[in-house]
Amino acid sequence: MADHAQRSTVELKVNGDDQVLYLDHRTTLLDALREHLDLTGSKKGCDHGQCGACTVLVDGRRANACLLLAVAQQGREITTIEGLSTGGELHPVQQAFIDHDGFQCGYCTPGQICSAVAVLDEAERGWPSAVTADVAAADVRLDAAEIRERMSGNLCRCGAYVNIVTAVSAAAKGGA
Amino acid sequence: MTVIEKAEQQVGTSTTRIEAVDKVTGAARYAGEYPLDELAHGVVVTSTIGRGRVASVGADEILAMPGVIAVLHHGNAPRLHDPGDATLLLLQADTVPHQGAVVALVVASSLEQARAAAEALVVTYDEEPHDVGFTADHPKMYVPDHVNPAFDTETVIGDVDAATQAAEVVVDATYTTPTQQNNAMEPHATTATWHGDHLTVFDSNQGAASVKQSIVKLFGLDQDQVRVLSEHVGGGFGSKGTARAPVVLASMAARTTERPVRVALSRQQMFSLVGYRTPTIQQMRLAAGRDGTITAIDHLAYSQTSTVLEFAEQTAVISRMMYATETLRSRHRLVALDVPTPRWMRAPGEAPGSFALESAIDELAEACGVDPIELRIRNEPTTEPESGLAFSSRSLVACLREGAQRFGWHDRDPRPGIRQDGRWLLGTGVAAATYPARTAPSTAAATAEPDGRFTVRVTASDIGTGARTALTLVAADALGVAPGQVTVLIGDSEFGQAMIAGGSMGMSSWTWAVTDACHELLVERAQREIPADGITVTADTAAKVKAMSRLSRHSFGAQFAEVAVDVRTGEVRVRRMLGIFAAGRIVNPLTARSQLIGGMTMGLSAALLEEAIMDSASGDYVNHDLAGYHVAAHADVPSIEVGWVDEVDHEVNPAGVKGIGELGIVGAPAAIANAVWHATGVRQRDLPIRPDRVIDTHPRPNTA
Repeated sequence: MADHAQRSTVELKVNGDDQVLYLDHRTTLLDALREHLDLTGSKKGCDHGQCGACTVLVDGRRANACLLLAVAQQGREITTIEGLSTGGELHPVQQAFIDHDGFQCGYCTPGQICSAVAVLDEAERGWPSAVTADVAAADVRLDAAEIRERMSGNLCRCGAYVNIVTAVSAAAKGGA
Repeated sequence: MTVIEKAEQQVGTSTTRIEAVDKVTGAARYAGEYPLDELAHGVVVTSTIGRGRVASVGADEILAMPGVIAVLHHGNAPRLHDPGDATLLLLQADTVPHQGAVVALVVASSLEQARAAAEALVVTYDEEPHDVGFTADHPKMYVPDHVNPAFDTETVIGDVDAATQAAEVVVDATYTTPTQQNNAMEPHATTATWHGDHLTVFDSNQGAASVKQSIVKLFGLDQDQVRVLSEHVGGGFGSKGTARAPVVLASMAARTTERPVRVALSRQQMFSLVGYRTPTIQQMRLAAGRDGTITAIDHLAYSQTSTVLEFAEQTAVISRMMYATETLRSRHRLVALDVPTPRWMRAPGEAPGSFALESAIDELAEACGVDPIELRIRNEPTTEPESGLAFSSRSLVACLREGAQRFGWHDRDPRPGIRQDGRWLLGTGVAAATYPARTAPSTAAATAEPDGRFTVRVTASDIGTGARTALTLVAADALGVAPGQVTVLIGDSEFGQAMIAGGSMGMSSWTWAVTDACHELLVERAQREIPADGITVTADTAAKVKAMSRLSRHSFGAQFAEVAVDVRTGEVRVRRMLGIFAAGRIVNPLTARSQLIGGMTMGLSAALLEEAIMDSASGDYVNHDLAGYHVAAHADVPSIEVGWVDEVDHEVNPAGVKGIGELGIVGAPAAIANAVWHATGVRQRDLPIRPDRVIDTHPRPNTA
């Protein structure tokens, strides 16, 4: 079998940098980031889209990188945990996680933070969740119940949820 | 022993984690994230039968696949020496002891190639019948010599049968807990590389020194030939307490292929290869007077082990020290089944044992018409019931009282099934918590650097506990300097022998060695100028730990829960939890609170969700992933508050710390189950409290 039947070139914009990768078609976006770009901040907790540790932003929306084939992401903008802080300045969500001790072992943390950044954006756009009382309302208030619902795709086995909700709340109040 | 007192103490000051920025920016590297040149990827192939022998491994076809470098199996793998843990003797024989056992390792240049080849590998078996049925009346149930780690299997004081017959009130009930899986977020992983005869492994574990010793023995190496590095570890909860399959397989494969090799388990493989909490069946009898004064405690616990290694959960040990009683019997029974080997999971013994004991205490309170907090206070012992030993400190009553105050217990109506909020029935429950506060020998080194800074080296492990930060505070106090002057290095076996991060013994053991090293360093430094390579002093606490007096040393706590139960859908929601704990000196309040909340969260998860379901036909867990095995998610976890009572214990270690890794989970499921009874009037004696177990329960008519 010719090599091009198994591999393709894909162009991605990762954390603002253009990347041209020649990848096995079976390579997930998560493995492309971790194995080919040495961006190991995105974690592999289950490789099946069940834990959220690999959450990244794809064209600004959160996604489980383990469920996306890299070659299918041609031209997309990918933001990983490594791309959230700019110029040595932490993203407000990152800082809130430190201030409120929103993590313990740290393995789910990049996914939690990327997810939380997206949650703030989704709320800003007025997107409702399953616990939003009035789905037609223009404004979404990110109270604890909303944050818990929206963050439930990101598992944490250390049990840092209580502090994560506090951190996301603080970031929501400070940033939005 | 003396407790160190300093004018400006760092210990007791809330301090954010030293590695915090690395963890929130993705810079922190875990074991499977070291990009070594020529790195090859090993994918584990596991058995698909419940018991038998490997008849053939179709390696030749696989070796022809793109990128495949090696297929290791029992026929060609390097021979290993028994390190005292038969679960590590991988690929040494054709025997298959259970589903999901390691039968081969496929190594290839890329992860995709290795995974495809591993899936394509044809292994044939000579299958034999398996037995995975865990029942109390299993014919092979036996009495183990001891239970984990070295407790007596049985203890008897007085005649519990006579005391029970004579008692005014008896609670006699059976409680069960299911197989629970640790499921740390980071799957076990190792990156191994040989340089000549020297092996370096980046490994995910709770103790690099312990893993090193296993590797030394397995491969017949000298101490200076092995280095284990574990700077960041993505959780463990006991499942990384000692070496696991990846470090053995990666080391083996790296030697065979003469390339660095990484082996990371899949989530599914973790269910059969890294340990789990045994299911338990517990028969509990409590006898008491009308006023709730206990006269007999009789706790019989059944659990399972594998045919590979005996692990006997110390489930009934909690009943030996918790409440005053004239007669006491605690017993364990074990059966070796064709199942994966159970090991430690957060609060081994006390976690399942407290579910039975603390549920039964609540039932006794109901039967006696005594408030469950008051009943516990009435049965507070002055010395440890089983041994007669004095307690180094025991603050259970203080925790219960403080918790009652903060939770708002005093206006609680004890009658069950009478509070309603729409479709929800509401209830509150309480349970006690405890865990042994033990200490193990450790070494540490402290260095005075020529620039005035200090470096402390100890083979501690930070699996999310905040150990690195807490040890920095302890070292700063011991040296009398600001924390910023001290660099604490951990997770490197080069730093010498040290206790693992396990059994709630890490901080108590490491702080002693670190404190000793720092104090001796100050003496040394006062005597001479600091040379260019600094002054280094090492400490070993072995003799001091051995010389400790015989005392009963435990942490304690009180768990409170409020639940809402919909008996039509069977849904149970925890509305709030409060835990008040007594664990000696709290080194870093910020991270201690997080760790205790974490334990309570895992307790909530155990109470309502967690259950690995064994399929008797295949001998496999049917729900071996995070979609099928439910751990609590954000939406399951409400407000959880944690506090602690001041406790000074001069008898645990110089820093006065008791561990807190296990304490938070103990009693949490019982508090929730007791709250469910208070809500519905129906006892839930089997975990988890699933909807189907609740759905047919109806509120008991109010009889008051």
